[in-house]
Amino acid sequence: METQAFQKIYTKINNITKATVSLKAANVGYDELALVHGRLGQVVKIMGDDVILQVFSGTEGIPTNAEVVFLSRPPQLKVSEQLAGRFFNAFGDPIDGGPEVEGETRDIGSPSVNPVRRMQPSHLIATGIAGIDLNNTLVTGQKIPFFADPDQPYNQVMASVALRAQADKIILGGMGLSNDDYLYFKNVFDNAGALNRIVSFVNTTDNPPVERLLVPDMALTAAEYFAVDKNEKVLVLLTDMTLYADALSIVSNRMDQIPSKDSMPGSLYSDLARIYEKAVQFPSGGSITIVAVTTLSGGDITHAIPDNTGYITEGQLFLRRDSDIGKVIVDPFRSLSRLKQLVIGKQTRKDHPQVMNAAIRLYADAANARTKLENGFDLTDYDERTLEFAKAYSEQILAIDLNIDTKMMLDVSWQLFRTHFNKAEVGIKQEFVDMYWDEQRVIDLNMNE
Amino acid sequence: MNLKCDMENNHKTTGKVAGIIANLVIVETNGPVSQNEICFIQHQGVPLMAEVIKILGRNAYVQVFESTRGLKCGTEVIFEGHMLEVTLGPGILSKNYDGLQNDLDKMDGVFLRRGEYTDPLDRDKRWNFTPIAKPGDQVSAGDWLGEVSENGMPHKIMVPFKMTGNYTVKSVTPAGQHKVDDTIATITDENGHAHKITMVQKWPVKMAIRQYKEKPRPFKLLETGVRCIDTLNPITEGGTGFIPGPFGTGKTVLQHAISKQAEADIVIIAACGERANEVVEVFTEFPELEDPRTGKKLIERTTIIANTSNMPVAAREASVYTAMTLGEYYRNMGLRVLLMADSTSRWAQALREMSNRLEELPGPDAFPMDLSAIVSNFYSRAGYVILNNGVSGSITFIGTVSPAGGNLKEPVTESTRKAARCFYGLSQARADSKRYPAIDAIDSYSKYLEYPEVQSYLDHHVGDTWLTNVIKSKDILLRGKEAREQINILGDDGVPLEFHERFWKSELIDFVILQQDAFDKIDASTPMERQKYMLEKVLEVADASFDFDNFEEVGSYFKQIINQFKQINYAEFNSEKFNAYMTELNTMIQSHLN
Repeated sequence: METQAFQKIYTKINNITKATVSLKAANVGYDELALVHGRLGQVVKIMGDDVILQVFSGTEGIPTNAEVVFLSRPPQLKVSEQLAGRFFNAFGDPIDGGPEVEGETRDIGSPSVNPVRRMQPSHLIATGIAGIDLNNTLVTGQKIPFFADPDQPYNQVMASVALRAQADKIILGGMGLSNDDYLYFKNVFDNAGALNRIVSFVNTTDNPPVERLLVPDMALTAAEYFAVDKNEKVLVLLTDMTLYADALSIVSNRMDQIPSKDSMPGSLYSDLARIYEKAVQFPSGGSITIVAVTTLSGGDITHAIPDNTGYITEGQLFLRRDSDIGKVIVDPFRSLSRLKQLVIGKQTRKDHPQVMNAAIRLYADAANARTKLENGFDLTDYDERTLEFAKAYSEQILAIDLNIDTKMMLDVSWQLFRTHFNKAEVGIKQEFVDMYWDEQRVIDLNMNE
Repeated sequence: MNLKCDMENNHKTTGKVAGIIANLVIVETNGPVSQNEICFIQHQGVPLMAEVIKILGRNAYVQVFESTRGLKCGTEVIFEGHMLEVTLGPGILSKNYDGLQNDLDKMDGVFLRRGEYTDPLDRDKRWNFTPIAKPGDQVSAGDWLGEVSENGMPHKIMVPFKMTGNYTVKSVTPAGQHKVDDTIATITDENGHAHKITMVQKWPVKMAIRQYKEKPRPFKLLETGVRCIDTLNPITEGGTGFIPGPFGTGKTVLQHAISKQAEADIVIIAACGERANEVVEVFTEFPELEDPRTGKKLIERTTIIANTSNMPVAAREASVYTAMTLGEYYRNMGLRVLLMADSTSRWAQALREMSNRLEELPGPDAFPMDLSAIVSNFYSRAGYVILNNGVSGSITFIGTVSPAGGNLKEPVTESTRKAARCFYGLSQARADSKRYPAIDAIDSYSKYLEYPEVQSYLDHHVGDTWLTNVIKSKDILLRGKEAREQINILGDDGVPLEFHERFWKSELIDFVILQQDAFDKIDASTPMERQKYMLEKVLEVADASFDFDNFEEVGSYFKQIINQFKQINYAEFNSEKFNAYMTELNTMIQSHLN
């Protein structure tokens, strides 16, 4: 690939494990790349002149007399406007048949942003999905994952979020993506005519798992280029971070590290934080927002991967199938966007926070009524009405197939309040009730705007 | 620290890099090194700071506070002859430091650069100095020589903590404008040698500053304005507490509320391995917030140590020690310091990562075996002290813990439980039902309530019925919880009416005392006088015996009462509105009395 004249070629490997090789070599830098039998590897440990290399694509078939050439550089990516619309593998090589990208070479996994140079995130990201925009509003510079079971349509939801988010660039980091899902993303972006705003780094299930470790850093290096150099609003999609963490545990296992909870490496928190904390609002106006997917096993959020993620990210979105309406909804109880307070009622209509809370409280009353019903207790009239409300609310607000603006979401919520409850039961501040309870008045208000 | 004092002046020990595993570097040394000594790895002209954490023969194992990317074997290393130190002097307040006390605002560019170290103090700024000591005074380490005004706070210039023995003051500079490096006093030791004292001194962060006369048990209540702390489980000046809670239960909001409201002179916030956007919130909000007692901006008495989760892990470990040492410095000036660390779990994880690279045999969940000892040792540095001149000072320390999987049996929570005297457990169930702050009043405790000196302080300063009322309200909460369990099992009709009354009386305390709106101007912070008044009023209702026909009546009556109390909580104390609500409330209570 990039061997040059006069480079020292080593031909004696001492040890080979499933993911690593070790050899005697001098003048080698930590984190440096090397070609081992034509495959890329990275230095993970140096002890005197013993060097251990992690071979990304696995060590199958590597002989002890294989050629090893050190490249004197960490993993890098060439950045320029030419990245837009292109598909790359985990090493940043094109996989779409197009030409090599020309541009400035940058090391991936760059330093962190100085915390005093960050700006407080303050721009709302509209997705048209009420379960997100109304109840769990996203903000530029935020990092938030979908916590989803593998059978849920998280990639579809993410693709619609990406396309509607009005981002200048969308960077897809696919880790362990099935080939079908990869083609799905490609088609959706293509059909939406959005390909020129999209950059993809994809490691599919066909590729060796350890290669995945490069994907987030590649995607985020490209994101930083557009956000810092071009002052663009960048949305980074990372799917699936659970498979990324699995790759981390494979490597740490091969390195004989002592595992901590759930066989994950002890550094899992820092490893994940290093990626998620790249989400930032820059003072110059550019921003990086990260929407990720963490697949759960049987909905268990106490597992080390979702647990550590929850402590790092600014909230999480849960999807759930609502059997009453036969659709997937954004679960209003378990989902949370920590940054929504920065925009709701400020960049959206003033009644937003109150309407959101009232609706969720009534939805919770419905859940209690359902429990009562299941336990064989009698339902009161109020209980009956909450159940009817909950079904309509699921259908018209929580379902993920919606695409409406926040004003519409609020008007629909008021409509539901009017239909099922009296003013006192809804318990919203009087000034908003005066403004929005009367249907005719709302229509007039909207017409005047 | 003194091990190599003789060597320092001659030449420094050097070494060469012999091995690299992530940020653990093995250095082959050519001279003496000490445990925890600081060294700089000269990587391509950029000095990378590191700390010795293990020595095996001639090999020193050092943890590097930076990324080691590109580092090669054979690189030169220079040892500094001292441990990790902080620089102490006027100008620390309202600074934003990283875990190693680099001034973040002095760094260029948006991104942190490897090997960029900045001065924690402003050397050119002039301070208004006033002498305290007079020529002829006998002084020792920690004694006050003079004072400057730092953002309106009396900042004492002390005999450096490192100076051992007794000294006589030879001269003190008269009042005037001085820079931190100017000599402000000369003192002579027992052998007659003169020592020049400036406003700056250094101290190793891993050692406690113990230049005070005694450390008695804390006894004074530290008001935080948070009702479910002050009323039910109070913390003292110089006390220790911890807040464990699963993610999403409001740890950070609670910590911010305490740091904004607590009756402290100095607030130090160590953002240790947490979200950068949360630190940004502090950066954005604190300069805007007014300190109700001084009328100044909150940021003027606050120092922030920001070592967020994406910053180097080893510096994360250092950051809590840096924060504690700055706290001890201000405590020795006779000030009340509040130190908050969010989160100590991240610090413990930093210890785990290093222990793992050192290939130490692991303890539970792969944490180091001595985790518990390290945590208690750290918590013990907080406390209430009497200085040599009889003045008191304190560090109140509250740390958050982020238990893995929300499990309070995990090692960090368990270790902290042994060390901290107050436990404020955040409950997922309370957070889910939006009952904030989500402190579980039944599981949480404050050991200080059992201290006789605290009890007598409360009797004198709050009221002699206070403690009885506090214990009574805890009982009501517990009985209410039991009653609710019965109702859930047997159904609304299946239990006697008094169970409903019992349950609703506990709900009354929950909604009126425990729950507090951190985002409401009035409700966010409740002074002790008002807390006392409200608790008495709530207990008046709880003590009353009511006349009800059926359980639905109980619920709807108490909902009314609770709603009325909530309006009162939102009204200014003793205002017209407040009194009007109160009158209405009294009528409501009277109407249903038995």
